Amino acid sequence: MKDTLYQYILGIADNCLILGQRLGELCGHGPSLETDIACTNISLDLLGQTRSYYQYAAKAKGGNATEDNIAFLRKEREYVNVLLVEQPNTDFAYTIARQFLFDVYHLLFLNELQSSTDMTLAAIAKKAIKEVSYHERFSSDWIKRLGDGTKESHDKMQKAINDLWTYTDELFHQTLADEAMIIAGIGVETSKLREAYDQQVTDILTEATIAIPDTKWFQKGGKKGIHTEHMGYLLNDLQYMQRTYPNMEW
Amino acid sequence: MSDEQIRSLEEQFEARIARDEKIEPKDWMPEKYRKTHIRQMSQHAHSEIVGMLPEGNWITRAPSLRRKVALLAKVQDEAGHGLYLYSACETLGISRDELYEQLHSGKAKYSSIFNYPTVTWADMGAIGWLVDGAAIINQVPLCSTSYGPYARAMVRVCKEESFHQRQGFEIMMKLAQGTPEQKEMAQDALNRWWWPSLMMLGPTDAASTHTEQSMKWKLKRKTNDELRQQFIDQTVPQADLIGLRIPDPDLKWNEETGHYDFGEIDWEEFWQVVKGHGPCNRERMNARVGAWEGGQWVRDAAMAHAEKKENKKVKQAI
Repeated sequence: MKDTLYQYILGIADNCLILGQRLGELCGHGPSLETDIACTNISLDLLGQTRSYYQYAAKAKGGNATEDNIAFLRKEREYVNVLLVEQPNTDFAYTIARQFLFDVYHLLFLNELQSSTDMTLAAIAKKAIKEVSYHERFSSDWIKRLGDGTKESHDKMQKAINDLWTYTDELFHQTLADEAMIIAGIGVETSKLREAYDQQVTDILTEATIAIPDTKWFQKGGKKGIHTEHMGYLLNDLQYMQRTYPNMEW
Repeated sequence: MSDEQIRSLEEQFEARIARDEKIEPKDWMPEKYRKTHIRQMSQHAHSEIVGMLPEGNWITRAPSLRRKVALLAKVQDEAGHGLYLYSACETLGISRDELYEQLHSGKAKYSSIFNYPTVTWADMGAIGWLVDGAAIINQVPLCSTSYGPYARAMVRVCKEESFHQRQGFEIMMKLAQGTPEQKEMAQDALNRWWWPSLMMLGPTDAASTHTEQSMKWKLKRKTNDELRQQFIDQTVPQADLIGLRIPDPDLKWNEETGHYDFGEIDWEEFWQVVKGHGPCNRERMNARVGAWEGGQWVRDAAMAHAEKKENKKVKQAI
């Protein structure tokens, strides 16, 4: 049971870590000072959430597990984030589209996690939901600005949505750990969030004059640790210090 | 206005400063006062923004989650400082776009220290400890400078900088107490950042062009050499405390003066970097100009969208 709980927490926390890491790459390079500060802020929120989850995961795992060896010392195949969050910062439209497609899900997810019978997870969710509702407002506003801004920004946003859409289906896949935790009253039934997600995403994209992609082909694998080719490079940076200087305190 | 009237305004103005009154944006001020303040405040704002880059370089590679979060928050603070210093500058009748243009064209300067590369994690410690330490020494007196918006911005900036400085020192301390490899990393960072940090306090008094006027307007309260001495006197015992060696064979406590004597600064290197030929001048400018030009379409979209929304509102009202 403890091992399943550990796996379940990773399924939530790895998304926060990897998206936080991606946003961290942008710090100092944003299109304006205000957006730079906002993206760094979102990154900070997500990494703060990551720490809370991993500290709890370390307890569940026991032994010498710590938030840092969970964050930095796993093999690529052991990270279980969705493919969406590891996609690169191709341009600001991709950054915003990735954020938006994740935020809408994240908010719905946390809303449910608040009523988990696991008090620690419920408490983390209650704190995180305030932060994530701001993220969702920020990314939705920018979807509208870029979608319904200039012809150039519209085209860039449409392309970003078209390219990232293929990673949205995986958000609602349930792993074995998810199913066990749902039965235990701890986990969130993500497949049930689908309808609300589709509705909200459609509403915002429509307002932003962005067409909903009609692809029926979706990618998956992240939740099983099979990632896109981008992931290895991201982990290279993330793990650099811990791999080069093992077993040290920082 | 006649020459006499201007002279009388100038006299009243100087008298206000002498009485420690704050000058506010709508008050009359001599053109030179306005220009000097735009130059210094924008230089300060640019330093904050360019200063995000060398530290930003380590965000994705920070060695622990705690350090990553702290570094992100620190770099974000710098963006915040840039933001309110630009805003303070705008109160003197210049736009942020114009200020950026001056930075990108090379007309405006920023602190030369940020033209050095950050090559190891220990550089995050050294920057916080030494660079922010030197910055605070420069900036604390500005909390009581004569121009109101600048003085108020500096109160907040200094609070955050002093937190950064402690954070940097704590990074160094942890390394210095760590494994031989970590200690070596810390010493190497101190070796590389020590001299550029001393240069941060500016050229010697003999070579400084702005000192006299700036002292009068309380933009400066101590000379560069006094500030440098203060920085050295304060930092040497801190290095001793954590067992690191200051890379200056001439450094020696002087009983008579009550200060440390120190070796010759390589002013040739200082001027080389100031004139744009430091190790990273080109990279820093390319990164800034790249972010600005690459973000043009985003800013255009935001403007276009705001206009569309406004038009819709007007139409609805009709």
